[in-house]
Amino acid sequence: MMSKIKSLDELKSVQEKFRAGRDPNRPCITVCVGTGCLAYGTKKLVDGFRAELAKRDLAGKIDFRTTGCHGFCERGPMIVISPEKTFYQRVGLDDAAEIIDKTLLKGEIIDRLLYVDPATGEKIVREDDVPFYKKQTRLVFGLNSKIDPESIEDYLAIGGYGALGKALAGMKPDDIIREVIRANLRGRGGGGFPAGWKWDETRKAEGEPKYVICNADEGDPGAYMDRSLLEGNPHLVLEGMIIGAYAIGSSEGYIYVRNEYPLAVKNIHTAIRQAREAGLLGGDILGSGFSFDLKINRGGGAFVCGESSALFASLEGRAGEPRAKYIHATHKGLYDKPTNLNNVETWANVPFIIERGADWYRGIGTAGSKGTKIFSLVGKINNTGLVEVPMGTTLREIVFEIGGGIPDGRKFKAIQTGGPSGGCIPEQCLDMPVDFDELTKIGSMMGSGGMIVMDDRNCMVNVAKYFTNFLVNESCGKCVPCREGIRRMRDILIDITEGKGREEDVELLEKMSKGIVDGSLCALGGSAPNPVLSTIRYFRDEYVAHIKEKRCPAGVCRELIAYSVDQEKCTGCTVCAKVCPTGAAAGERKKAHSIDQAKCTKCGACRESCKFDSIIVR
Amino acid sequence: MEEKVREIIQQYSGDKSYLVPILQDVQKEFNYLPKDALCAVSAHLSVPISRVYEVATFYKAFSLKPKGRYQLSLCLGTACHVRGAELIARNMEDILGIEEGDTTADLEFSFETVGCLGACALGPILVVNGDYHGHMNIAKSTKILKKLGKKVTTDDEQD
Amino acid sequence: MVNLTIDNRKIEAEDGRFILDVARENGIEIPTLCSHESLEPTGSCRLCVVEAKQGKKTRIVTSCLYPVAEGMTVDTKSERVMNVRRLVLQLLMARCPESEPLRELASELGVEAEERFTPDKDKIKCILCRMCVRTCEKVVGVSAIGFSNRGPGKNVCTPFKEESATCIGCGACAYICPTGHIEMTSTGDTRTIWGRTFKMQACKVCGRFFAPEDQLAYISEKTGVPADTLAVCISCR
Repeated sequence: MMSKIKSLDELKSVQEKFRAGRDPNRPCITVCVGTGCLAYGTKKLVDGFRAELAKRDLAGKIDFRTTGCHGFCERGPMIVISPEKTFYQRVGLDDAAEIIDKTLLKGEIIDRLLYVDPATGEKIVREDDVPFYKKQTRLVFGLNSKIDPESIEDYLAIGGYGALGKALAGMKPDDIIREVIRANLRGRGGGGFPAGWKWDETRKAEGEPKYVICNADEGDPGAYMDRSLLEGNPHLVLEGMIIGAYAIGSSEGYIYVRNEYPLAVKNIHTAIRQAREAGLLGGDILGSGFSFDLKINRGGGAFVCGESSALFASLEGRAGEPRAKYIHATHKGLYDKPTNLNNVETWANVPFIIERGADWYRGIGTAGSKGTKIFSLVGKINNTGLVEVPMGTTLREIVFEIGGGIPDGRKFKAIQTGGPSGGCIPEQCLDMPVDFDELTKIGSMMGSGGMIVMDDRNCMVNVAKYFTNFLVNESCGKCVPCREGIRRMRDILIDITEGKGREEDVELLEKMSKGIVDGSLCALGGSAPNPVLSTIRYFRDEYVAHIKEKRCPAGVCRELIAYSVDQEKCTGCTVCAKVCPTGAAAGERKKAHSIDQAKCTKCGACRESCKFDSIIVR
Repeated sequence: MEEKVREIIQQYSGDKSYLVPILQDVQKEFNYLPKDALCAVSAHLSVPISRVYEVATFYKAFSLKPKGRYQLSLCLGTACHVRGAELIARNMEDILGIEEGDTTADLEFSFETVGCLGACALGPILVVNGDYHGHMNIAKSTKILKKLGKKVTTDDEQD
Repeated sequence: MVNLTIDNRKIEAEDGRFILDVARENGIEIPTLCSHESLEPTGSCRLCVVEAKQGKKTRIVTSCLYPVAEGMTVDTKSERVMNVRRLVLQLLMARCPESEPLRELASELGVEAEERFTPDKDKIKCILCRMCVRTCEKVVGVSAIGFSNRGPGKNVCTPFKEESATCIGCGACAYICPTGHIEMTSTGDTRTIWGRTFKMQACKVCGRFFAPEDQLAYISEKTGVPADTLAVCISCR
């Protein structure tokens, strides 16, 4: 347990003390235990390492550290061995002993655990040389690999809370706000609103107390950057919030976390407790006279609570219904008091800006979008994971150079950004730079950073239906255009995917979209038509095929496809017959099988299990 | 039950703004939100029962019906959807004979689809009582249900 | 006072007042479904939308809760506005296909049903204008009814859809409901609403059954006036 740090000088000496305790030349095993890797069973690997190190009496000679997410989720469980930065991926849960004996004690590389570059066939030893990492700029997220999120000592050792010290000891609140405005830090939660201006408005607004809130209700399906930041580096987020609170003149704050993130909640709880013990939260922080403390509140399972006024309602113990917003939250937010709400990643950027200055920050990114952005690159992609790149990086670079392209040799079709409020971007736009305004121009948006890659086996009408259905389930139900309008759009899309679409449907969807965008009370309804509109814009031919020809070109929409067996390719292995739930797929051993259309329910089990690509879907 | 509810409310200092976390703790305690518990929350927190009921039915995390012995959550986040999770969901609904969000009559299985679990590299994912099963597909999902004791008719058994 | 323009008319109004009220006072009609003079505006039906221009920014806002401002230009019938109103009514008519009040309003505004919206089969009349719930909470003060669920499944009900112990049978919700969705029946000395039957108090003077005993007991508790004194109907006071 740490004792209170009472001044900037004390902070510096505490940081130095812990930094000195980390010998960069001492061997260290780092294991990722983010939620993704835990789902791989990594706890067993961790226990294995601890046990094996103890058995060999190596605890004093080899460091062992569990960290938050490293980002290369496709390849977990993964470990990095310092100081060489040897990178082992897809580590077996029982490999601890072997790794210690061979690599740590004898300096031997275990070949089978190395990453193989699919482009060159080359085996890569060092983490920094892995193409996935090499092409990124892991300014914010990279810190995850250096610290144990449950250790404030680790965070201090790498210079953590230095920005807070600098701010409290040497900067006035107005200076800080000016710096954040100059840096042009734009909201990373989806709105892209300049954070500095928000802070300024809140500071100038009338009313006490002023609140500072972290929106950790990350609801876009397929996006998990915020979770990984909270799990892996909670102190970074705290530091950003404390600096912000000081600048704004707030003494009370909240972190609103999605209910479905238990590990993030746990780590943030620990971090807050540690920060309080160290005097970095609470009264008279670092002897500055400034006091600030935080509470954690959990969501109840509602995507709409990512919207600021719905979030406030939830924090106030009510149903998460948004309020018609003609008065900004900066003037009347939580409990009708001036409130500054920012996203997790936005807060995480603040310490860097204060520490290194706005000029340095402006050097990264594009004219309108400064800094880096963390994206979750998921779906039909080889290197699934979290990537951080400077704004301005093109989509092509992200998908192919970092993401490693599409698996199974399939063809890229679209990338969806911005979650259910965003749009699908086709191949012809792949050279577009990732930038708030550029993405909005082509009919999508940055959103919180989810990037879902799709290939030729994804049906874009089905994707539009999926998002629209998602929003029907998440609509709060307060206003007519959203509650009633989106479900009607969904019903029309269902008709289209079932071969019941009508010629006028596309035009009707476009007309309804205008009314829903203009008429909805909040941004959930206001952006709901985006997935439909963007897929109509770039994939109109698919809509036409479904409506006019009753055909699903991608072979997805159940009512419009038929499964059959390629008589040339089929080897008669009988696997499909075994998994078929209705007995539709059948045949004799070693003879070409066939599918009885009368019995087939198009469940897809046969296509999934066939190893000879013999199932045809038309 | 009333005692337990009062204890939970005390942990949050009787602060009305903590209604959602209080209900989460109550649900954790009783495996669902029994009517009596909700009435107790209303009484001890001094919040009208109509509001407690509204909050309990607004948020997806809450269930006013008892959950099954096995709680199955299938991720239907976009990444998993794009990898075929929809077909897995339908398969499970067919086998269990219930729609997503429901519990089987014998209270053995509760099946729900969730927004995104944030473990997209392993998608599609099925969570069984907190245990993650990644790289899910139709055949695997059938196998898991069989292993948990659900009788499944296949063409073998049909002959 | 501020100067603004509504539908090309120059109008002077007190700063901070809502566009809807100012417009109506000046004889400019804007349709509403969820607005009532006794209730705080909620902006949920979206029928009262107008196009408001301030400086370079033009927004579609609900006039019931958007305040007037100096130099604002308001168009209450622009194409975007009419588009929203048409859509709202078409959607509501599909939700409540048998509702007379909705059809009348639609016909007044020249809106025809959209046949592609398959009318809902459950024949509800509730348009979720929220007036009943707002009244019960803010005007009557008992919060006997509220919402349950969300999205299209949202509905107004008593907790657990059972008899409410807090309901006082005043009938304010039924009175304010614009579509007749809330049923209240009176037979002799009883009144039934929300599935609960209330015993009515007879007026001490004329003998007419005029209010539920529970309601009078509630008023007595709130005001301190003895229940006995309250047992006289309005006509006899």
